[in-house]
Amino acid sequence: MEGFFQALAAGLLIGAVYGLMCVGLGLIFGVMRVINFAHGDFMMLGMYTAFYLFTAAGVQAVFGNTVGPFVAILLAGPVLAVFGYFVHRTLISHVSGTRTASLEGEGHYAQLILTLGIALILQNGGLIVFGSVLASIRTPLSSSAWELGPFFDMSVFLNKARSIDAVVSLVMMILLSLLITRTRIGKSLRAAADNPTAATYMGIDVDRAHRTAFALGCGITAIAGGLLATNYPFHPFVGLEYVIVMYAGVVLGGMGSIIGAFWGGMTIGLVQQMSTLILPTQLQNAAIFAVFLLIIFFRPQGFFGRMVERT
Amino acid sequence: MLRMRSLLPPLLFTLAYAVVSLGVTNSYYQLILTLVPVWAVFGLSWNLLSGYTGLISFGHAAFFGIGAYATALGQIYFDISPWLLIPVAAMLGGIAGLLIGFPTFRLQGHYFALAMLAYPLAILYVFEWLGFQEVTLPIKRDAPIAYMQFADPRFYTLLGLAIMLATIVLTQMIERSRFGMALLAIKQNEAAAEAAGINTLAWKLRAITLSGAIAAAIGGFYAQVLLVVTPQSVFGMLVSAQALTVAMFGGVGTVWGPVIGSVILIPLAEILHAEAGARIPGIQGVIFGIAIVCVILMAPEGLFWKLRDLVRKRSAKATTDVPPEAAAANVTTLKPAARQRAAKGEVMLEVKNLSRSFGGLKAVQDVSFKLHKNEILGIIGPNGAGKTTLFNLLNGFLKPSQGEVLIDGRNMSGQRPHVICEAGIGRTFQVMRPFLRMSILDNVVVGAYVRARSDDEARKMAADAVVRVGLSAVADRVAGELSTKELRLMELARAIAGQPRILLLDETLAGLGHGEADEVVAVIQQLARDGMTIAIIEHTMQAMVRLVDSFLVLDHGAVITEGLPEVVTRDSRVIEAYLGKKWVGHAAN
Repeated sequence: MEGFFQALAAGLLIGAVYGLMCVGLGLIFGVMRVINFAHGDFMMLGMYTAFYLFTAAGVQAVFGNTVGPFVAILLAGPVLAVFGYFVHRTLISHVSGTRTASLEGEGHYAQLILTLGIALILQNGGLIVFGSVLASIRTPLSSSAWELGPFFDMSVFLNKARSIDAVVSLVMMILLSLLITRTRIGKSLRAAADNPTAATYMGIDVDRAHRTAFALGCGITAIAGGLLATNYPFHPFVGLEYVIVMYAGVVLGGMGSIIGAFWGGMTIGLVQQMSTLILPTQLQNAAIFAVFLLIIFFRPQGFFGRMVERT
Repeated sequence: MLRMRSLLPPLLFTLAYAVVSLGVTNSYYQLILTLVPVWAVFGLSWNLLSGYTGLISFGHAAFFGIGAYATALGQIYFDISPWLLIPVAAMLGGIAGLLIGFPTFRLQGHYFALAMLAYPLAILYVFEWLGFQEVTLPIKRDAPIAYMQFADPRFYTLLGLAIMLATIVLTQMIERSRFGMALLAIKQNEAAAEAAGINTLAWKLRAITLSGAIAAAIGGFYAQVLLVVTPQSVFGMLVSAQALTVAMFGGVGTVWGPVIGSVILIPLAEILHAEAGARIPGIQGVIFGIAIVCVILMAPEGLFWKLRDLVRKRSAKATTDVPPEAAAANVTTLKPAARQRAAKGEVMLEVKNLSRSFGGLKAVQDVSFKLHKNEILGIIGPNGAGKTTLFNLLNGFLKPSQGEVLIDGRNMSGQRPHVICEAGIGRTFQVMRPFLRMSILDNVVVGAYVRARSDDEARKMAADAVVRVGLSAVADRVAGELSTKELRLMELARAIAGQPRILLLDETLAGLGHGEADEVVAVIQQLARDGMTIAIIEHTMQAMVRLVDSFLVLDHGAVITEGLPEVVTRDSRVIEAYLGKKWVGHAAN
């Protein structure tokens, strides 16, 4: 029983961060319908950016060891957003958005291989610049825990760093949903996602909405990556491990639903942690994919998605 | 003759490749030369499913890995020769394809692509857990040939080439057959393919079974070449990505794409790895990535299509094209002659109390009508009246909530679209989605297979249909060069190529100018004279009044009135539905 609650708590904490990570991708995917294979590598860059902001750019000196990492992580977001904006403008916009009408399969083939190419460049470029040694953003909080309870002779331990990660994720999530529901930018994003053609007729610059979504998505995922890095060491090829989790989360949540992506990520965090109760740890990831397949067979449109078919 | 001509390029290519590889003595280069056909075949297997149907698979490593592990473990535990194991691997791959395809084809588009991602990765972790982290094939010094362990690595290259040649020829055969046409039709518009009488699920399952078998066979061969198998090297995401990369780089949906991609990319990656990667680890990946990015920005659809477009452009300039007047003349010979109003003949189609609601919305309610032989029935009504929904109910896209659709007295309501098409109902769509790169004739052939028993017969029927709509002058041109009118006629040809008895036309005149609409109307009238029974949805009243024998008027999903054109157009309820109450009085005067 104690194990169950411990796993549940761990799943909820990691799930919140996974949720934020998936939301970053969900934004891009939902608005642009582009499968971005390089998204995990954007997250990797976010991790290293936070790492170097903390250690080399003086954040550690100013804010100290406890608060510093989180400041650096939050700063990495805007940095990666600018980077994402630039990548979209120079590369991805050539094979997506309004330019793809004339391409076979609406440019999906080109988008896939282009982002695969970008992923290769980022991973191997990362190897050259950062080296292959494992890095991590450790805080004193990473190795201490709050004790909840004891209730009925049971205590649940919450890792302090992970708890703060989860809280930061939730706050980011709330801010993002406010941005999307309340502001003009959010409106144009939703319109572009819903029906790009109609949005264009309404005077919305769809290509600009795509750029915004891409930048925002990269920034959000970078922050999620930084948060993960407080507990998990990383390396230049770490993106490969996470990009699959991200897509699973986005599909589970329902494509086009930004809040859905969060719950998709949460589900994956929970499945991952809870599966350790009954399965050997090597099968943790196999369990994620098995559950993923099961859910989409029974609900192909995801938790929050909808089916649209026209003749 | 045609078959021989298409066999020649792959044969020549393979021969040239073999000659070059026989001259290479460096064992590292020999390995690269073996890997090129391996990844080409893997790319071809991916292309067979994803390139032709448009359903992108991110999980082809599942088949590759199954083949590799079957070949490795079969030798270790059962001491079976790989000559036998590779065909067994192919069988296992085919079975895996069927098992994966059956549930996964319920998903569409991106959902399908991403679901496919999950299979190899789930299997990967299971194999790691089972303890197959690194499986080394046993060395057989006593019987190397029987165990496919050649002292001279060039034999591997030749064997790989043989597999590649076989796969290319197989793909070419599929491309031109009913199989290939069905897959292309699915890629273009799965709903339309069903409506053209294609059992889409059955063809997709065949494609993934064959694709899985080829991928597994080449995976087995790969294990034999490297003699070591690890879960990451055969089930990993990079393996699935390899198939996508070679195929998309070279060009999707053509037999040459994966071959071109593999011939360029594999040596490039390997040589970069050996030359640059040794000095600065990682630089090979960066250069490789930049190369891919640059090529894709210049040729987003892959090298093959870019080259073909360039060649076409050049040859188009060189040869004088067929003057467009010739094409037009062919059509205008069919002058819109006054058609005898069809006498009420036998009932071809009877609709009884058909209803369908979506949630609370009653899109079609209690619609009943009869369609007589040789009749042209016009179905009109304001936007949202339920006209297209009615067609979708008639041809099986939607299952009615209530009511019956009787074709020749048999109730067909609720049947799958391809079954209804076989029963003799053809249809066209509001939204046209032709294959822009295929010729008119090839576009039309798709529709003929529902009746044709052989490929030749299908081509004959298609050619016939093209003549009937007056497009024979442009039959060999690619669809991308045609006008809207010609595309509409092409759609019509596709629908009649399957020789239906009843034709459902959904806004066939939409987007056409006055003169153009007249030409299309003439073609439709001729079809009716030749014995076709037609129901047509249309907005342009002028054309309709001249075309149809009787009208069925829908509003809010229900029949307001039906009858002869002269009567219906004066009916106040019809005017009200179209123009609103205040015009009823005006129109009466």
